[in-house]
Amino acid sequence: MFQLVVNGQTHDVDVPPDMPLLWVLRDVLGMTGTKFGCGIAQCGACTVHVGANAVRSCLLPASSVAGQPITTIEAVGETPSGAKIQKAWLDHEVVQCGYCQSGQIMAATALLDATPKPTDADIDMAMAGNICRCGTYVRIREAIHAAADA
Amino acid sequence: MNGLAPKPLSRRGLLKASLAAGGGLLIGLRLSSTASAAEFLTRATPMPPPDFDGDFEPNAFIRIDPKGAITFIMRNTECGQGIYTGASTLIAEELEVGMDQILVEAAPPDLKLYTDPLLGEQATGGSASIRGSWKPLREAGAAARMMLIAAAAEKWNVSPSACHAERGVVHGPAGQALGYGDLANDAAKQPVPTHVALKSSSQFKLIGTSPRRVDTPAKVNGTSVYGMDIQVPGMKIGTVAASPVLGGKLVRIDEAAARAVPGVRDVVQLDDVLAVIGDHMWAAMKGLQAANPVWDDGPNAHIDTQSLIAHLASDSEKAGFVAKKLGDAEGAIKAAASRYDATYQLPFLAHAPMEPINTTIHVRPDGAEVWVGTQVPVRAQMTVAKETGLPQESVKVYNQFMGGAFGRRLDIDSVTQAARIAKHVPYPVKLIWTREEDIRHDLYRPYYYDKISAGLDASGNVTGWSHRTTGSSVMARWAPPGMEEGGKLDPDAVEGSADTPYEFPTHQVAWVRSEPSALTTLWWRGVGPTHNVFVIESFMDELAAAAKQDPIAFRRTLLTKNPRALGVLDLAAKASNWGETLPAGRGRGVALQYAFQTYMATVLEIEIGAGNEIQLIRADVAVDCGPVVNPDTLAAQVQGGLIFGLSMALYSEITLTNGRVDQSNFHDYRILRIDEAPKVEVHIVHNPDGEIGGIGETGTVAAAPVLANAIFAATGRRLRRIPFGTGQLVSS
Repeated sequence: MFQLVVNGQTHDVDVPPDMPLLWVLRDVLGMTGTKFGCGIAQCGACTVHVGANAVRSCLLPASSVAGQPITTIEAVGETPSGAKIQKAWLDHEVVQCGYCQSGQIMAATALLDATPKPTDADIDMAMAGNICRCGTYVRIREAIHAAADA
Repeated sequence: MNGLAPKPLSRRGLLKASLAAGGGLLIGLRLSSTASAAEFLTRATPMPPPDFDGDFEPNAFIRIDPKGAITFIMRNTECGQGIYTGASTLIAEELEVGMDQILVEAAPPDLKLYTDPLLGEQATGGSASIRGSWKPLREAGAAARMMLIAAAAEKWNVSPSACHAERGVVHGPAGQALGYGDLANDAAKQPVPTHVALKSSSQFKLIGTSPRRVDTPAKVNGTSVYGMDIQVPGMKIGTVAASPVLGGKLVRIDEAAARAVPGVRDVVQLDDVLAVIGDHMWAAMKGLQAANPVWDDGPNAHIDTQSLIAHLASDSEKAGFVAKKLGDAEGAIKAAASRYDATYQLPFLAHAPMEPINTTIHVRPDGAEVWVGTQVPVRAQMTVAKETGLPQESVKVYNQFMGGAFGRRLDIDSVTQAARIAKHVPYPVKLIWTREEDIRHDLYRPYYYDKISAGLDASGNVTGWSHRTTGSSVMARWAPPGMEEGGKLDPDAVEGSADTPYEFPTHQVAWVRSEPSALTTLWWRGVGPTHNVFVIESFMDELAAAAKQDPIAFRRTLLTKNPRALGVLDLAAKASNWGETLPAGRGRGVALQYAFQTYMATVLEIEIGAGNEIQLIRADVAVDCGPVVNPDTLAAQVQGGLIFGLSMALYSEITLTNGRVDQSNFHDYRILRIDEAPKVEVHIVHNPDGEIGGIGETGTVAAAPVLANAIFAATGRRLRRIPFGTGQLVSS
């Protein structure tokens, strides 16, 4: 039994210590906005924030982040950068199927928090871990620049 | 193209209204209060949509309840292509409502109401949805609007022609106003109009204006529900391992070890698949690992890619079925001043949508419920009925948003498997394939082995063109009635090759069917054109080089009677500033296509890096698809479709060793990433009254040929086998 602090709420969870945060969020806490894509930290669909860092929740044991502040797509819009990114995503109609976009938005928000005016090279560096099978990259880039200018 | 039996309709309901119009399609309108309009866009937990067992036989796309809720029922399924927005725009345009005033919901499986007119069954694919909806959905909206106006006019005792509708309200000549909800019951009693006049393109308020997508707000805040996200009371979660070799059998497992994993609840063993079910996915995954299944690989245990290619190469020597014969192409090529021959090869491909395959299903003694994202909901319903022995009408299928499909969800193999497993447990179960299972048990795009020949006269003019394709027929398995010429021709095998944009003086196209062992084949984004346009446009470039002509100028000589093809070619040339001098290491390719009734020309600029790596710089795409419902969605589909295709052209290939798929996840089935993606500019030809074309797959079609031609321009090397980015540049 340990405590997870997700989006400001504390949850007592009783799960195996090696259970990845992704499955605790989805199958135990019922928060399905964070997605399963590959299970090996190759696609970024499962990206969440632990503190200020964007991390891949599919390989991260939940017990290793007990007590640390975790932010997911369900609440990232309550942060200034997250709200800007979500608005830019809609203004630029980035989304197609949308399945990867939770992870894209979490990665982009962390980028904007760390680098308020990212260059194209900054965007490449921060976002190359997130695959979009629909190929929305052209608009992801545009939307990040727009959010930075907002 | 189906042989599927329609679900019987029940005979109760408040209203029956039907109208025969436009291509004989029946339009249904149901104006009544129902239990609950499913708020697809905002609910976090699944709520079955209301039953469509009202007393009406025609298609039903609109529901307006007396409280004023306006619901559009979506025949085609949303896999990211924006069809919910596009279809809603067509209805809303004529119904005179705003896009902000509507709810949308997925249609239930029902062939009688929701058969796609182009595909011949309730299916989404082939870039067909907008083409098949363009007239019928506008007529559905117009008929509904006319009935609402007639109801208001009767109430006010004025002529309907003195009234007009705007944003869900009918206005009368003396300033009267009634909302659509207030008119619902009376409108239901109105006679169905026998003639529907549609707006001209100059009268459109929504079509062509890029209204915001209806599905995306919930996709940026985590509330959108995909099949993967379904949660139903009492549900458990399972994962599966199917035989790693097609046709293999499960020999034994360590069931005790699996059950010893905390959270594991059940182990279901079938002859060719094992499922472990638990309280959460982690328990299921650990349980499956602990079960350590041992397989008898069966008759395909020794199949590998090289033997499959050798089989195709051998079959490619056969004459095949002649799908097109214009003059004596073989004779013309033999007699030509110079003759060119080439062999092109395209690999087996996985679909790899971001959302791995999953099905949530509850099989009960008296019926079943299925929550799944599928491109073919009726097939999903039928397979569950068949596997469980339940009557088809007792199987409810709730279609969900899809995290990509690209053709993968046109098959129901995974739903069949889920039904076979779920009938052994009493509770609802969500069965999730890991990414490894998803890649290794996909149904694959066929490998194609194409031989192509042409002759040029002394001036470099094409005298003959002959193209012979060898490969698997998806159609023959998936929809046998779709075969042509008495079953001898798969039209998909020659789509884009029997009907090129070009005028050849002689032209022959043949097809040899050759089925692979150890894999099952399926549709893949861009279908026939993705295969054939690569071969044709690459070879066209080879001929232009042989004739020492500019690739665009060479194509133009074969397009004198095709103004739309010339139009997109010229637009792409202009937009890309074709012909300007490029820095060393850079090159530009061009590709032209007529696919899904859309003309497209693409110019791609690339740079070859110091390590021979291919960098994608910029693409300009010119599109003429006739009327454009949503220009922004069009651009998004072309951008994304091109990038999807560039992933394929650079990296994608499924191979087999000892009957097993070698690839397993995104580290070895590589997908293009943001730092590799080019800029993509889309240029639309204004042609609002032309024939409407499809868009969703067009960008993908262009990718491989335009990249092959750009590589040739940059390096002088002609790559005839996809993928290009895995050593060919270095080794060739």
